[in-house]
Amino acid sequence: MRTEPRLIEVRKNVLKQNDVTARALRESFHAAGVFVVSLVSSPGSGKTAFLEKTLTLLRPNNRVAALVGDLATENDAQRLARSQAPVRQITTGTLCHLEAAMVQTALEGWDLNDLDFLFVENVGNLVCPSSYDLGEDLRLVLISVTEGEDKPLKYPTIFNSADVAIVSKMDLAAAVEFSWETAYNNIQAVRPGMKVFQVSAKTGEGMQAYLEFLVARLAELRHTASV
Amino acid sequence: MHELSIAMSIIELAEEEAARRGVQVEAVHLRLGALSGVVKDALLSCYEMVCYGTPLQGSRLLVEDVPVVIFCTTCKAQRPLSSVQLFHCPECGTPSAEIVQGKELEVVALEIKECAPNPV
Repeated sequence: MRTEPRLIEVRKNVLKQNDVTARALRESFHAAGVFVVSLVSSPGSGKTAFLEKTLTLLRPNNRVAALVGDLATENDAQRLARSQAPVRQITTGTLCHLEAAMVQTALEGWDLNDLDFLFVENVGNLVCPSSYDLGEDLRLVLISVTEGEDKPLKYPTIFNSADVAIVSKMDLAAAVEFSWETAYNNIQAVRPGMKVFQVSAKTGEGMQAYLEFLVARLAELRHTASV
Repeated sequence: MHELSIAMSIIELAEEEAARRGVQVEAVHLRLGALSGVVKDALLSCYEMVCYGTPLQGSRLLVEDVPVVIFCTTCKAQRPLSSVQLFHCPECGTPSAEIVQGKELEVVALEIKECAPNPV
């Protein structure tokens, strides 16, 4: 007896497993009162320098730690360790993005209750990380002034998966004739209302406003948790 | 290029469903949003490759493209975007970051054949 093909309804998110893990992570972060920030950008836009500066400046008053994703080397973890914050490397091999399960594994043995902020630096890539929730509270997308003002138009998907944009290497803006207005307008075109910070990790310009924003968000998280 | 791992997830999901129902999969129907972060052509070639040697070998992946739709607070209506480079209402120009659809990456249905024995 040969039967005709028929259609059965499934309706399942392909990345359900990742979403389930990310949700569990987010719950455990919130239960411990730790604010989690992830960073995405293209390779070479200054994620690690920006993160090193962030950790160094936050550390006197906050308990901070970082996970850093990279394809092959542990160079980034070594650079970040200079900030004296606990840092762990996630080496992804050939995988072009981090997934929630990798974050979960990397956190083993760390007591989240000992932290105020956890930073997760994704692999340098403006495409693939957009599909994967890592359980973070805030996703930062970085673009450096040397990359050109049209990055947001080329990668609208990652801008729509992120919450806040950081324009980095502002100390080089004049040298590369970077137009802040054009870049800002492009960000607003693909993500209306997106908050944008201009920073230079090298000179420290703009870092204060961004750090105050993070500290306010941590206070908000804890306030919500205690209500 | 994360389409390979996405294709593997799709096949895993379809295999599980098929095994649970005791059926054979002929085609997988997928809804793919313009903001899913997945490239359709790359996904289709990865699918074929990953299917090889699995119970889904020879099955087809049928992709329905899902355009981005935003909610316009001025028009109080859902509007499809003509370009993902500009999140403005195509009717009145109001900017909107309220995405109603376009992030889908979802297996909606399977085309199946019952695993009844075939008479020769």
